[in-house]
Amino acid sequence: MTAIRLVFIAIVLALTSACSQEPVEWSGTDISGMLPELKFSLQSENAAPVSEQDFTGKYNILFFGYTYCPDICPTTLARLKSALSKLEAAEQQRINILFVSVDPKRDAPEQLKAYTDAFGSEFIGLTGDMDALQTLTKRYRVAFGYGKPDETGAYEVSHSSAAFVFDADGKARLLLRDDLSADMIAKDLDQLLKS
Amino acid sequence: MPDSAPTWITVLTPWEFYPSVVLVSLVTVTLYIRGMRRLRATGHPVSFARSLSFFVGVAITYAVLHTQFDYYAQYLFFAHRLQHLVLHHLGPFFIALAAPWSVLAAGLPQRWRDVNWRALPGAWLIVGGYRILQFPPLAAFLFVGIIFFWLTPSIHFYAMLDLKLYHLMNWSMFLDGLLFWWLILNPSPQQGPSFGWRIIILLAIMVPQILLGAYITLSESTLYDIYAICGRAFPIAPAADQMVGGVITWIPPAMMSAIAILVMLSYIRRQDMVSARSPGALTGAA
Repeated sequence: MTAIRLVFIAIVLALTSACSQEPVEWSGTDISGMLPELKFSLQSENAAPVSEQDFTGKYNILFFGYTYCPDICPTTLARLKSALSKLEAAEQQRINILFVSVDPKRDAPEQLKAYTDAFGSEFIGLTGDMDALQTLTKRYRVAFGYGKPDETGAYEVSHSSAAFVFDADGKARLLLRDDLSADMIAKDLDQLLKS
Repeated sequence: MPDSAPTWITVLTPWEFYPSVVLVSLVTVTLYIRGMRRLRATGHPVSFARSLSFFVGVAITYAVLHTQFDYYAQYLFFAHRLQHLVLHHLGPFFIALAAPWSVLAAGLPQRWRDVNWRALPGAWLIVGGYRILQFPPLAAFLFVGIIFFWLTPSIHFYAMLDLKLYHLMNWSMFLDGLLFWWLILNPSPQQGPSFGWRIIILLAIMVPQILLGAYITLSESTLYDIYAICGRAFPIAPAADQMVGGVITWIPPAMMSAIAILVMLSYIRRQDMVSARSPGALTGAA
């Protein structure tokens, strides 16, 4: 009797381990209600203090990275730029991309400004001291860390690979993974802006 | 993470403050110490080994939940697997091995000890629920099933992103571990399945855990992208993180079954010694 049950258990386990599905409507992940609303106090690329209030009223896409980032950051920012260019001009006006550098030691405001300006005026660089950055990353359940510097002093930084989309009220809405195409992102943003 | 050198205080400071963990730990440890004192005063001291096992179990469970370790467990897959190894296997194992219930009960205030809990309204619901959960095939299924459940990639994703789900996951792992290991390690042969059946259960739960661990270890694609999405605590290759995590899911849980089987053998030996002695004891009494 018990032996039969154990065989049954094994079969059910094998079946349940293979289920995974994505929400249908969005290419990104719907995170409404899962993460708190946009809030931070950081430094702008003009070295002035800024908070979320300077950006409310617009949709904000929050992304964590650093300017020395060899791969994820430039490709993600380029993909976001390409996605924005697919939207109508009026929609593009309603979106900011907030690039938060988690490497304040190397990313001085002017360097951050040069970096984000290369992508476009809607790209805004932000950074802050360790405490401010940690408060923000912890709030959005993300982490960052530094690797050991090599002989030239260069080091790797681990950071979140996804972008977080907030609506005009500052509510967390979508998480855009780095495997989404520009078309998928554009479609999601268009849907979100029209909702 | 701060890059200043860690001190005892920074290491022991919880990453997320869980009121439930603090409350349960404080109440449990207080009750246990009061119970130990009371039992010693009444001439039935608790053995050192039992108390040690209890405190080790509570301490390691607390350590993985409520220190800086929790930070790493949230942002590295292998550290998360270590956290669950302690929550589901090691911590509850040591606590159940100590059979602490009588000591905890002795630590309750006199008024509460006098209450006939089973006569209270609703008590049958708890007793009945407990009996169902401890029905051996169901208990074994839940023990393994809960590991598979939280490791299902889509569920794991939300559990690591949503703090409420994260707490639910950790609590469910610990409570289910406690139920299962108490079913197995209960020293009384009259309560729960026979020692022989317990060995069979321990062998049965090894198989799916080994398969799951091997699957994660040998998987060439990234199964859990949430760690890339949220960023890792330090730069480590995702493949290495997943492989180490897989090995932790694979080997130590299977070893815990082996260790528990040794405990079962010692229980059987003790039972044999007691039954060999008891006829003599009976004649002596007569």
